[in-house]
Amino acid sequence: MKKTLPPTIKVDRAFGDVVEGEALVSTEGFSPRYDLDRWSGLISRPGHALEGHNIKDKVLITPSAKGGIAAGWAFFDIKHKGIAPKAFVFGVTNPVMVQGAVFAGITITEGWSASPYKHIRTGDLVRVDPKRKTIQVVKKS
Amino acid sequence: MLRGEMGPAAKEALALQIEVGRFFGAKRFVPVSNVHMMGDIEVMGDAGKRFLERMARLGARCARPTTTNARCIDFDYVAQLGQDPNEASKEKQLIGYLRKMDVVTADTCINYQTLYQPHRGEHVAWGDTGTVIYANSVYGARSNFEAGPVALAAGITGRVPEYGFHLDEHRRGTILVNLKADLKDLADWGAVGKIVGSARQDYFAVPVFNGVKQTPTADELKHLGASLASYGSMGMFHMVGVTPEAPTLKTAFGGGKPSAAVTVTNRDIERVYASYDRGGKPLKLVVFSGPQQSLLEMKRLADLLHGRRIKPGSHLFVTTSNGVKSAANQLGYLETIEAAGAIVLEGVCFYILQDIAQIRVRHGWVNLVTNSAKLANIIGAHKFKTMLRRTAACIDIAVTGEDRI
Repeated sequence: MKKTLPPTIKVDRAFGDVVEGEALVSTEGFSPRYDLDRWSGLISRPGHALEGHNIKDKVLITPSAKGGIAAGWAFFDIKHKGIAPKAFVFGVTNPVMVQGAVFAGITITEGWSASPYKHIRTGDLVRVDPKRKTIQVVKKS
Repeated sequence: MLRGEMGPAAKEALALQIEVGRFFGAKRFVPVSNVHMMGDIEVMGDAGKRFLERMARLGARCARPTTTNARCIDFDYVAQLGQDPNEASKEKQLIGYLRKMDVVTADTCINYQTLYQPHRGEHVAWGDTGTVIYANSVYGARSNFEAGPVALAAGITGRVPEYGFHLDEHRRGTILVNLKADLKDLADWGAVGKIVGSARQDYFAVPVFNGVKQTPTADELKHLGASLASYGSMGMFHMVGVTPEAPTLKTAFGGGKPSAAVTVTNRDIERVYASYDRGGKPLKLVVFSGPQQSLLEMKRLADLLHGRRIKPGSHLFVTTSNGVKSAANQLGYLETIEAAGAIVLEGVCFYILQDIAQIRVRHGWVNLVTNSAKLANIIGAHKFKTMLRRTAACIDIAVTGEDRI
């Protein structure tokens, strides 16, 4: 029997190409400076909700942006190292994440009409469409 | 500019800024008079370096005074710290590209204390969150967090998209903080930033501090701001009776009402100090950095270290700017600090040091003790266990290895 897919989530602001990727859902905010090993793509901060997970090619869903000015260069750096996520989906973000994502050409969104924590689990295949400002689960894991 | 009449670099810079402005719904650009940017090999990597090289080759030149933030290498200490000489030579090249674009490579994260003090209402484009929150809050100037590539773009185009803290509507207070604590040390102010910032990671949250017991010093506001920006990703605060846009509580909230109210007491501050766990491991590393030390902070360190020696096997690092280090040298503070066995690095910040993770492993450092709440937060990705302590306690730990909180 076909599983019913969760409803489409609307986002407030968005930039970038339409992408599909495996969701990596964090209950904790994210910063490339505070949390990420920028050589492997692993979340390296001890005790982070996603410690040990790799962000490469994922759609990273996170409630907030932490810190820092670093993302401006760091997203470009990880994109060229081939370890960038396909998209950043933020509840609340800050300008640095947006500036960094635009500079690196990585899809980014902010704000959500419904909590993704209810509908999206790590491993689900999700589609992020910045033009339509939507996030949709395409396939449940 | 978009037609390319001012060259391909300006066209590219503006296009990047337009895309960011569009995301935030900016309606127009505003001119900026000063730019401060982060750019070093540790954060930008080879791809960022190639970008700078290309921009320099395309003839990019800064149309506004543009200074650089702290970087990852003090060239005099590459060998002693065991940093990769290859990365150091890349850093030198990168500095060359920046200078070619007319960037002033001052390498400091305390530009607001040492280089440029914007006036109320002045639009600037600053990077390093600690500089931005200070500009907005203490000077009443207007800046968003401008990351490296967009700050450089602002330097080249001389403008920024008008959103966020350039607009009155985002400068009003949103949270009330009743300050009931006696704040006696820089670390206490950082602890306040941790308490308020951790509770709400929101760039657009603007805390209003009320009830401050004594006029805070510039260094105290610096540690508060750096900590709020670090834990809360916040870009602005008000302090009633202290900061220019908060002569009264009512003005600080711009006629609005706080969405939340918190009270910070001495007990809350003590709870922060009690929250660290050394994991049974020795305290062999003490760092004063993040932000760089002002001259008055250098004097205090010299006073505290006078006639004392760092414990054998322990390390004490201090980072500051070239200008402050020169002045500290002239005044004799540097000699006192170095005679105690401390290492004083210039133009860098500890958490962005090239190869810091490898340096940590090589020295067997587990814990890092600091009076900077920001540093205690930010260095986690390099797997340090951190501990915030007051300035004098930090020095005692460096000298004795004992934590007598």
